[in-house]
Amino acid sequence: MVQVGLNHFLIVSAILFSLGIFGIVTRKNAVMVLMGIELVLNSANLNFVAFAKYGNFGLSGQIAALFVIILAAAETAIALAIVLNIYKTFSTVNVDEIDNLKE
Amino acid sequence: MTEAVLLNISIAILLLPALGFITLILFGKRIPGPQWVGTSLIFLALCISIYVGFGKLAFYAGQNLIMEGRWIQILNVPVLGQVNFDLGIKLDNLTVIMLFVVNLISFLVHLFSMEYMRGDIRFSRYYAYLGIFTFSMLGIVLTHNILMMYIFWELVGISSYLLIGFWFEKKSASDASKKAFLVNRVGDTGMFIGIMILFTNYHTFTFDTIFAQIAAGNLPFHSSAWLTACGIMIFLGAVGKSAQFPLHVWLPDAMEGPTPVSALIHAATMVAAGVYLVARIFVMLTADAMLTIAVIGMITSFIAATIALTQNDIKKVLAYSTVSQLGYMIMALGVGAYSYAFFHLVTHAFFKACLFLGSGSVIHAMHHEQDLRKMGGLRKKMPITYYAFLISTLAISGVPFTSGFLSKDGILAGTLAFGSLTGHWLIPIVAFLVAMMTAFYMFRLVILAFHGEPRDLHKYEHAHESPFVMAMPLVLLSVLSVFFWYGLNPFNPSTGWFLDKWIKTPTTIVPQNMRFDFMKTEAPVAGSLENAKAGEVKTTNAPIAVGAPKVTKQNESETAIVHSEHYMHAMHQAHYPAMALSLLLGGIGILFSFLLYQWKKIDPDKLAESLKPLYKLSLNKWYFDEIYAATFIGGTLAFSKFLAWFDNKVVDGIVNGAATLTRMVSKLGGLFDHVVVDGFVNFTAYLSGFIGIFFRKFQTGKVQTYVVFVVFSVIILLFIFRPFF
Repeated sequence: MVQVGLNHFLIVSAILFSLGIFGIVTRKNAVMVLMGIELVLNSANLNFVAFAKYGNFGLSGQIAALFVIILAAAETAIALAIVLNIYKTFSTVNVDEIDNLKE
Repeated sequence: MTEAVLLNISIAILLLPALGFITLILFGKRIPGPQWVGTSLIFLALCISIYVGFGKLAFYAGQNLIMEGRWIQILNVPVLGQVNFDLGIKLDNLTVIMLFVVNLISFLVHLFSMEYMRGDIRFSRYYAYLGIFTFSMLGIVLTHNILMMYIFWELVGISSYLLIGFWFEKKSASDASKKAFLVNRVGDTGMFIGIMILFTNYHTFTFDTIFAQIAAGNLPFHSSAWLTACGIMIFLGAVGKSAQFPLHVWLPDAMEGPTPVSALIHAATMVAAGVYLVARIFVMLTADAMLTIAVIGMITSFIAATIALTQNDIKKVLAYSTVSQLGYMIMALGVGAYSYAFFHLVTHAFFKACLFLGSGSVIHAMHHEQDLRKMGGLRKKMPITYYAFLISTLAISGVPFTSGFLSKDGILAGTLAFGSLTGHWLIPIVAFLVAMMTAFYMFRLVILAFHGEPRDLHKYEHAHESPFVMAMPLVLLSVLSVFFWYGLNPFNPSTGWFLDKWIKTPTTIVPQNMRFDFMKTEAPVAGSLENAKAGEVKTTNAPIAVGAPKVTKQNESETAIVHSEHYMHAMHQAHYPAMALSLLLGGIGILFSFLLYQWKKIDPDKLAESLKPLYKLSLNKWYFDEIYAATFIGGTLAFSKFLAWFDNKVVDGIVNGAATLTRMVSKLGGLFDHVVVDGFVNFTAYLSGFIGIFFRKFQTGKVQTYVVFVVFSVIILLFIFRPFF
């Protein structure tokens, strides 16, 4: 029986982070990109909580994770509003086709 | 009445006409009656000059009053060392008499011009010009140094130029003014060279200092030849201004100016300035210089008198007579008859001004007719003019009881004595011939203009006597041509106050071996020479503060004798023969003119026919104008043509060559700019562009690309900074 330790949490968190980045980079739909961002944020949360449990930081990790969840909710709200506006402007939510920054 | 007062009010005399000039030239057109401004200022100057003359001659007759102040002091000039420029005035008897003469004639001419010039479009400017002329003439008279004299000398030159060309709409008038100016320039250049010879040697312009140096045996460049050259060079200024041969050609042409101007400038005062200059430098003239001067004067008087015989223009006759009389004065200075030369200057100023104003009166009455052949019979119409003219004519012809008789006789006696002492007999012979010719042509003038029957009835009908302001100067001047103003004895002026008390021949200061034999001082006089030297040394050694005028008195050596007893004796002996001869020759001249023109015993036309070559020579003024036109003017033109060619071909060639060279060089420079400099700049721009194009590839504008870059960058940075974790 393998004892679940800090390393396991970190590995899960790293996989989650990588999947999040992969989602951000590869998805065409802007909403899917946002979901990738959520994954990245959650992998960070997992790290906070894991370090809080195995480290000697008291409750700071949990508090920070709570903040991140709140922040993620706010961020998603704003990001969805931005996506709506992008759709209004370009009639698409496909981030591949939106390259106005080039000029 | 102290010296300082006399000197200070002399400056007022000088400045009053200048004030008139400034007022009239600036505000002349706005002042009603500009003639009154000029005339009243000159009248004031005349009154002051009478006062100064009286004060000087009554109380200081034996002294020279000098006021001087340092103008510029330059401490260190290369070669010369310290150089001082002093300004100052000197009052001696010569000066105060000249002051009176200049102011009186100027005043009378101002008065005369009121009527003569009335209605002229530039009336106020005419009076302004008269003012500046009087100012500069007084400056020449008053100054105590030769630099100021030169400045005023040029100022009278320019005012003469302005007044000759006063009616510049006439081409002949503007030509004449240019001619006068240019011919004078020739003489003035010589004078300037002379001044510079003196300045280089003595570092000063002051007459007395220079003379003291020469008297002390300090000759220019230590050579007697330079002293002679210097005297002749300065005399060249007088040759120009006093219209001496060979520069006499301008004066007859100067008659294009208004007639009162001819009376003031070209008869009485400015042309006499040359004589005045020679009188000022008389003491430093060597025997050679004096002989040159005498010969020049002789030639001038002879040529001018022969030309005057045949002229038909009333003013031309008077002009040539002026030239001839000036030649007389110069000749008198040359033979050493200094006092008589100055005496003749004064008497000539009065009677010649009278003659010119008289001719002005005639011309005015005849509506600007100047041709003698159209006059005649004016005696009845213009009695005042006639009698004034007649008295002056008697004076210039040397008839007894006139001033001209006294002065002319003195000059003739001087030449006779000179001839007997040195053997130059030509000078007295020519002088007597000229006296005869003078009497002839002056009476010819009077007879043709005033006697006989009118030749142009129409103009004769309109002729009338001149009004008071024109007649009064004539009367006054003719009265001044009578003997008793100058001495009570009508046959021997040397006992009169003019020559006995006022004008004495100064002691010559050139070394003994450079004088005429008869001018060598004998032993007893040496003491007086030393006295004179001591007096002058006193004045020159005294320090002069910059800017502060200093007043000095010089005692004129009472015992100074220029000439040896020998000369005085010869002069005395010559006096009565000269008088008899001049009376005889003058009488012949007058008789001859009556025979020809009054009684018509001899037909002048036939006489002219029989002497045709001589007559034509005289009528055409010895062809001087033609000779000068062919030689000097033609030469100058040819030379300027050559210079123009040189300019066109050589100088322009050099300039054009330089231009071509510059163009080639700049083309090369352009090429370098184009290829090298521009190439470098363009290369830089191209490189930047290339780099830009390369980095543009990374800017896709897609968010996801940027995220990939960020992630990879973080990973790379993590690898790089791994050792620090």
